[in-house]
Amino acid sequence: MQYAILCYDREEIVEGWTQAEDDAVIAKHRAVEHDLAKKGRLGPTLRLLPTHAAMTVRSGDQPLVLDGPFAETKEQLLGLWIIDADSHEEALETAKKLASHKKTGALEVRPLRYFAAQKQVA
Amino acid sequence: MSDPAWIHASLTTARPQAVAALLRYFRDLDRAEEAFQEACLRALKSWPEKGPPRDTVAWLIFVGRNFGVDQVRRTAKQTELPDEDKLSDLDDREADMVERLDNSHYRDDVLRLLFICCHPDLPATQQIPLALRIVSGLSVKEIARAFLVSEAAMEQRITRAKRAVAQAGREFETPNAVDRAERLGIVAAMVYLVFNEGYSATGGEVHVRAPLCVEAIRLARLLLRLFPAEPEIMGLLALMLLQHARASARLDKTGNIVLLDDQDRTLWDRRAIDEGLVLVDKALRHRRPGQYQMQAAIAAVHARSTSPDETNWAEIDRLYQILERVQPSPIVTLNRAVAVAKVAGPDAALQLVEPLASPLSGYFHFHGLRGGLLMQLGRDEEAREAFNQAIGLAHTPAEAAHIRLQLDKLGQGKPALDKSQKRA
Repeated sequence: MQYAILCYDREEIVEGWTQAEDDAVIAKHRAVEHDLAKKGRLGPTLRLLPTHAAMTVRSGDQPLVLDGPFAETKEQLLGLWIIDADSHEEALETAKKLASHKKTGALEVRPLRYFAAQKQVA
Repeated sequence: MSDPAWIHASLTTARPQAVAALLRYFRDLDRAEEAFQEACLRALKSWPEKGPPRDTVAWLIFVGRNFGVDQVRRTAKQTELPDEDKLSDLDDREADMVERLDNSHYRDDVLRLLFICCHPDLPATQQIPLALRIVSGLSVKEIARAFLVSEAAMEQRITRAKRAVAQAGREFETPNAVDRAERLGIVAAMVYLVFNEGYSATGGEVHVRAPLCVEAIRLARLLLRLFPAEPEIMGLLALMLLQHARASARLDKTGNIVLLDDQDRTLWDRRAIDEGLVLVDKALRHRRPGQYQMQAAIAAVHARSTSPDETNWAEIDRLYQILERVQPSPIVTLNRAVAVAKVAGPDAALQLVEPLASPLSGYFHFHGLRGGLLMQLGRDEEAREAFNQAIGLAHTPAEAAHIRLQLDKLGQGKPALDKSQKRA
């Protein structure tokens, strides 16, 4: 089963980290990613720019373009990992490792329904 | 991250909103600050054990407000009773409050707090330290260091500034849409002043003043979070991000400023540039051009060019023309002349520059650019004269060195210059 691990935190806190603090958290993340990758269980990982860089397009006959993220929340989606895991438990273990690298925020573990890294054009 | 670091990060982040809300309750800067300090102390005791509360800002406001009210009650026994109006919302329950404290409620509070620091009676030299102290929570020592003055002098400056703003009261009325827009414009200008205090530092000072740039960027992020659809705030943040992205390329090994054309562009901070470019695009979609957006758009053209030769000068010329319309100034026209020289040649540029002689006679870049244009046109004698004037007005060794290089190109200018330099 493939899972998405979605990283949520208050971006004003994360954006306020010094470069050294940021680097320290990322280095720990990289170590976990490295272990997963060695086992061939790591898919794409990504980190998003802050939500003020986001735009939202509301569905409809004439889609409406709005500034900002879809939802105003206290904690924002900052990035995600796609991993392969044999069980829910295993996915949670990975999330726990990642979650131990900082004190704020949360990780949402969400099974994937469909995944295509790159669409093949016929 | 070491253990208390996350608490400090949370407290720093919460500060503007929390102090702003406490100021609304107490209408007194010192009391609001003191209440926030106390709430922070309690957070440092309680959070490591219990973990952070779900809403850190609301927690700090609630604890700070209770402390402040106790203080008021205690001193009330010795002094006259406080006016009930000044202690509004005393009966709110915490749950109530947490619910109410969404962005729109914080918005006017934070804007008010920043606006108070922009009091028209305060010169910029007091506005900026006051904002850094009260809104950002930098220590007096840190601010004194950034302004290259003693701690005692800075303490005095901040105290004086606080006294001046304490006498104003009108800020506490809820602003209407027009007031709000006006306040936002004034606050944006103040934030840009903070940035420029850090950015315009000359060689030896850059290291100590860089925190001002970081702080200004943080304040702009805060403003944009509160006003997510304001193109000028997007422009302001973009402009500062794009300028600050060049920070590590702006200094050479000896600490001298490196001019844009000579910078090693691989040292530019791509992450900051990406964010800045996105914000410029977002802002321009609104089709409400303003000075920060246009300056950011110009910075974006430079940021997109991997070398000086690739710079799209026609686009820069076009953007400066819009900037001239929204913010006419001789300096903007002078900057446009640089683009015009690249696009249409030195003659066209010189025609743009000559009428600026009287407003910009004391401006280094005016004489520097004029000299360069005259040199390209083969009018060497006039060029030398202009360069000599420029050198007398140079602020940094890099500026002076750049002009000396031009004089070298002119040939015999150098010996005469060396003599005049020895005098200085």
